[in-house]
Amino acid sequence: MSDINIVEAPPGIEGSGFFATSLDKVIGLARSHSLWPLPFATSCCGIEFMATMGSHYDFGRFGSERLSFSPRQADLLMVMGTIAKKMSPVLKQVYLQMAEPRWVIAVGACASSGGIFDTYSVLQGIDEIIPVDVYVPGCPPRPEAILDGFGKIQELVKNESSRRRNSDQYKEMLASYGIL
Amino acid sequence: MAEVTNQDLITLLSEKFGDKIIGVNEPYGLLTFETTKDVIIDVLKFLKESEVANFNFLTDITAVHYPEKRHGIAVVYHLHSMVKKIRIRIKVYIDSQNPSIPTATTVWNAANWMERETYDFFGVKFEGHPDLRRILNMDDLGVFPMLKQYPLEDPNRVDKKDEYFGR
Repeated sequence: MSDINIVEAPPGIEGSGFFATSLDKVIGLARSHSLWPLPFATSCCGIEFMATMGSHYDFGRFGSERLSFSPRQADLLMVMGTIAKKMSPVLKQVYLQMAEPRWVIAVGACASSGGIFDTYSVLQGIDEIIPVDVYVPGCPPRPEAILDGFGKIQELVKNESSRRRNSDQYKEMLASYGIL
Repeated sequence: MAEVTNQDLITLLSEKFGDKIIGVNEPYGLLTFETTKDVIIDVLKFLKESEVANFNFLTDITAVHYPEKRHGIAVVYHLHSMVKKIRIRIKVYIDSQNPSIPTATTVWNAANWMERETYDFFGVKFEGHPDLRRILNMDDLGVFPMLKQYPLEDPNRVDKKDEYFGR
C-alpha cells in the first residue's frame, strides 16, 4: 500500500464544523490541481512530454490527466519545440483562443530562446510573441525537468490573486505583445 | 541499348547550340556545363526530347550566390535520364542585381515548386512562372535569405551576446 498524499489546506481559521479562509486561496488550490494543458509539441521536447505523460512519470498525478486539444478549454499552453517564424501566427492564435486565466510554459531551449537554431527562419524564443510564465531549460529537458517546471506553474496558480488578470499592469503587459 | 557517354552528349549539344555551350567539366564524372539564359529552355527541351539523351527527369533547380562575380547568381539545373542511367548538371550565370531567367515549367511541371523555392531563397524571377511566390519562408520575411549580404543569424538573439561571456 502506498501512502496517499492529500494537498494541504491553505492557512485559515478552523473550528468545530467550519473552516474559514480567503476565496483566492481556495480557488488557487483547486485550479492548481486541475490544470488542463494544451500540448503544442513541434519536436523532440514533445517526445519527452510523451514520456512525461506515460505511466513511469505519470503527469496525471498532478491533476493534469486530461489534456485539452482545444485551446478554448485549456488552462496551460505547453510549447515544446522549435517554433519557426512561419508558425508564430498559429501559436499566437492558439494563445488568443485560450480563455483567461491562462498560463504558458516554454519547454526546452528552442521554445525559450531559439536554442541551436540561431537562424533567420526560427523564432528566437516564444516570448517574442506571447507572454511566458515558466521556462524549462534543456535540450531536450528530462521528464523530471518538465514536471519541475509544471510544479513552478502550480505555485504561480496557487498564489495568484483573483484580481491579477484585471489589473492595469497585466493589461499593459498584454498590450506590449499587441494583444487586446 | 547502347550506353551514352559524356563525350557523346557534349558532341550532341555542341552540334546543336555551338558556342552557347561553355565551361564543360566533369567533376567526379558528372557532366557539367554552362549556357546562357536565352537558350536555357531550348537546351532543357532538347535534352528532354532527344532520343540520344532522354533526360526525362528534372532532379532539382537551385541557385548559388557568388557576390564577387559580375554575373553573381548561378541557376543550377540537375537532370537525370532514367532511360540511359546518366545525370547532367547545367549552370546559367545571371545578373545578381536583377536576376531573371525563363521558367522551366513549360518543360517539366515539377519545376513549379523548385522555382518557387529558388525565388524564395535567392530572389530569382522565373519569367512566365504561373504562380511565383514564396514557398517555405514566411510571406513577410522581406529578404532573400540565401543571398550573402543577409546575415544567417537572427538579429533578435539575445543570449549569445559577448557581454554574457565576459568578452
